[in-house]
Amino acid sequence: MKKEDIKACIMRVGGTNCDKETKRVFDYLKVGAEVVHTNQFIKGKKDLEDYHVLIFPGGFSNGDYIRAGAIWASTLKTELGLDLKKFYDSEKPIAGFCNGFQVLVELGLLPAFNGISKYPEAVLTTNDSTKYECRLVYLFPSNKKAIATKSLNKIIPLPIGHGEGKFLINNKKLEQLLENDQIVFRYAKPDGSIAKCEYPYNPNGSLYDIAGICDPHGTVLGMMPHPERYAFPWQYYDWTRNPNIDFDKEGVGLQIFKNIVNYVERKF
Amino acid sequence: MIYKKADVPFELFYIDFRKADDDTLRKISKERGVALNLDNMRDIKAYYSKLDRAATDVEFETFGQVRSEHCLHPTFKGTIEYSENGKPETINSLLKTYIMQPTEELNFSWVLDVFKDNAGIVHFEGNYGIAFKVETHNHPSQIEPYGGAATGIGGVIRDPLGVGSDKPFFNTDVLCFGPLDLSFKNVPEGIKHPKYIFEGVVSGIMAYGNNMGIPTVNGAIYFDDSYIGNVVVYCGSGGLVPMDKRVKNTKSGDVAILIGGKTGRDGIHGVTFASEELNAKSEETSRPAVQVPNPIEEEKICRGLEKIRDLEYYTAITDLGGGGLSCAITEMAYNSGLGVDVYLDKVPLKQYGMPPWEIWESESQERMLVSAKPKYADKIIEVFEDEDVEATVVGEFTKTESNATLKIDYQGYIVADLDLEFLYNPPKILRYAEWKTKTFPEPTIPEQDNLTEDLLKLLSQPNICSKEYVIRKYDHNVQGNTVLNPLQGVYGMEGPGDAAILKPLYNSWKGVVVSNGMNPNYGKIDPYWMAFNSISEAVSNQIAVGGRRIAILDNFTWGNPEKPDRLGSLVRACKGCYDGAKLFQVPFISGKDSLYNESPLGPVTPTLLISAVGIIPDLRKSVSMDLKSAKDKIYIIGCTYSELGGSEYYKTKGFLGNKVPKVRKNAKRNLDVVTEAIDKGYVRACHDVSEGGIGVAAAEMAFAGNIGMEIDLNKIPKTTNRNDHTLFSESQTRFLLEVPQKYVQEFEELMQSRKVVYAPIGETKNNKQFIVISANGDNIISANLRELHSAWSSTLRLR
Repeated sequence: MKKEDIKACIMRVGGTNCDKETKRVFDYLKVGAEVVHTNQFIKGKKDLEDYHVLIFPGGFSNGDYIRAGAIWASTLKTELGLDLKKFYDSEKPIAGFCNGFQVLVELGLLPAFNGISKYPEAVLTTNDSTKYECRLVYLFPSNKKAIATKSLNKIIPLPIGHGEGKFLINNKKLEQLLENDQIVFRYAKPDGSIAKCEYPYNPNGSLYDIAGICDPHGTVLGMMPHPERYAFPWQYYDWTRNPNIDFDKEGVGLQIFKNIVNYVERKF
Repeated sequence: MIYKKADVPFELFYIDFRKADDDTLRKISKERGVALNLDNMRDIKAYYSKLDRAATDVEFETFGQVRSEHCLHPTFKGTIEYSENGKPETINSLLKTYIMQPTEELNFSWVLDVFKDNAGIVHFEGNYGIAFKVETHNHPSQIEPYGGAATGIGGVIRDPLGVGSDKPFFNTDVLCFGPLDLSFKNVPEGIKHPKYIFEGVVSGIMAYGNNMGIPTVNGAIYFDDSYIGNVVVYCGSGGLVPMDKRVKNTKSGDVAILIGGKTGRDGIHGVTFASEELNAKSEETSRPAVQVPNPIEEEKICRGLEKIRDLEYYTAITDLGGGGLSCAITEMAYNSGLGVDVYLDKVPLKQYGMPPWEIWESESQERMLVSAKPKYADKIIEVFEDEDVEATVVGEFTKTESNATLKIDYQGYIVADLDLEFLYNPPKILRYAEWKTKTFPEPTIPEQDNLTEDLLKLLSQPNICSKEYVIRKYDHNVQGNTVLNPLQGVYGMEGPGDAAILKPLYNSWKGVVVSNGMNPNYGKIDPYWMAFNSISEAVSNQIAVGGRRIAILDNFTWGNPEKPDRLGSLVRACKGCYDGAKLFQVPFISGKDSLYNESPLGPVTPTLLISAVGIIPDLRKSVSMDLKSAKDKIYIIGCTYSELGGSEYYKTKGFLGNKVPKVRKNAKRNLDVVTEAIDKGYVRACHDVSEGGIGVAAAEMAFAGNIGMEIDLNKIPKTTNRNDHTLFSESQTRFLLEVPQKYVQEFEELMQSRKVVYAPIGETKNNKQFIVISANGDNIISANLRELHSAWSSTLRLR
């Protein structure tokens, strides 16, 4: 389909707070994106079927009480479960960043070994540092499956901002993730080597330095870092150190969104 | 009988003043916990004597709220008989004379709305203004650090919202604590250890700002013994206001709509609590004054507010803060020359059994008030319904032939009937203030051959050291608009930025610059120079990153103004504010005072925070403080004087000293020339020289860039021969700049043509060493960058 016909839904709920900057990225790519409150779908004022991309942005959905993302996921499951399944089954891309990743895990859309799982199969829990961490991380793209990150082949920097980003899963399932090539990003050091759980390179203590995963088909992506915060050169933490900076160039985070759009263009 | 229970099916008391003598009046004020002084009580007595009736408790509480120090600021607006070193002077309104006056005299067209509303507004770009407000939340944070600080930031976020801004695009916070290493033996009864308060306050600010998705981009943390019994928490927030959507036009017949969270018993008597000293019993008596934070509620409110503003559904907007409904609704009516009928039983409650006066003045958080034409009421309610937020019509604005009145209906009974004109015109306060210049001994510190240890010690001082532990708890990148972060430089070696820059408009390269200036230690010697230097510091921080066209906000945290020495030092500081604002040509646009900051340990040291907001026309020219490459020249702008009174260097030696830094008449020239040099692209790094002097500033630049530096003390323009004074003096309006060789000539020509004191003092090096050469040619400081960074970053690591 044509790029200008693509419609992206950036879904929100009370406490979502990264929707505006996520929409900005789609605006920049000249893709129609709409920020829609979950209530609009529940009340039948909007229909998920009308969209080609579904993004769960960062934030503190419903205050992230109980567990990060748990309440929103539960609302979505009970109220929009079938619509989400349809969206997923039609292989339309779904991505969750930070709180969005937490929601996808709580929803069972990730890792989704055998389709959407009834219960969460992994968890994003409190950082080892026990505190919120707002900092830069380096990511090792470790996967050729996820449609959103396929083009990435070297270490990239992206910012994080979360208190609950420690990815945990049982050993058997970790093997499954590896077998299926579902691990998208691993935390690394600036020199390119894997963080090996060393703080602050791995900022939260994630098992196997996992920063992001995808589903077995590669259409669902969840990651803790924020690509929308590194979409433009002036957003880089250290851009003032670059004497040859080109402000018209794109930031590394933008590539992830571009890949999603390209996929939809080709596929549908 | 003074109190009489009313014969109604809920709790309501009559209070009869008519026969009360002065002692009884004082007693009533104390018993009801309203902190009204005798003049006010007599005034109220006269009012009811004339009406020949008793007051209801709802009415009396309304006086307590509206006429409090927190709401009407009688100290800043009243008359002061002031004596400075025996020379008498009468001041009519500190606020007008020293704070508003420079703004009026400067008369800049870009200053759009000042002092009248919830936040000051300056022009930004096109139709947009920047609304900025900074507030204190000291007493609640002392009692309940997490809730107090969280509701402090929650409250100040509602100030920009209350002038019609979008969701704020930045927060700031400046915090003052007792020393974290205070021995538990020295913690007095009824007072919490500074570490506990520190963790709670930081977590509260973190939770609220992060949950709302507002980046906390700037701040400071300061430690002093005088904050042990009375923490100081300054919270600031700024938002963009589309000026064409800004309305303040409440008309008779408009309805009052209360939006947001339910009203509960949290936050009772918050403003009166703020207008009293803390004591050992504050924990028990004042716990209800601390509100319960719910940032998600406020996030949802923001969404709805933007919508109803853009659809032009409301005629006026304000936030509910101190005094709750009682202040917000009467103020909206009074400012429009209208009366108001309130249906108090319509207010959604958190719990049953609240008497009307509690509902009326509860400071429960996350509430906003709008006035609207009745036909829009349902539409407004529907917008908020979509966001899962309650909106309720709670009153109607009225016009009558006679004076505007407040009438409160509760379950069919009139529980208040007050003349608003009378309510809002309390008797003017006359206070006495006295200032006597203090003299402290200048220390004699033996000269040393090597100052490396002194520099390392300074870098690790609580007031200089890295605040990374706190900074990284705050999200400073959410919204994706942060151009210059609070920590700047090479990954893992970042240093402290002078100011933050944000890019709030997607289609403009214009940036907003945020900084602050504060140094309570100077105030121990002379509050006048503390104020002057704080302005100088806030403004210099802006200039260093490329900011300009600066507006400032004041925030006074002082002791009890009824004590002449406390008030005297406040007057001194206000005079410094006037002179500073005039010299640097920076108008005050808003401010706040928190007085009565005293505990059984005594008053806090006078603390003035100056917050500054500026712009940078093209943020692509922003300059950070980290060194960028080897073989560049290092310049200093500004002269170094031997003035170390109140300096961090003296503090490490156990002295205060007497010669406090002074701002010279042509100081602004230094600032203007830095701006010119930045605009011309000559400057690769720039750092304002402040606490710890040239030594600390230069070291920070070096380790943040992970680039070596060598400077020669002989080359520094100075009035002292002492190496330590040259390196650690905190003389104002000085900057260190990194200039690439290719611009050296043009840069120097510019400096000469602008007639500023400047000098090349060293070079950046292709190594990781920081070297300072003394007057006689020796290496008086020699350290590697890791060592410096480690000294700077090791102090504040609690976990």
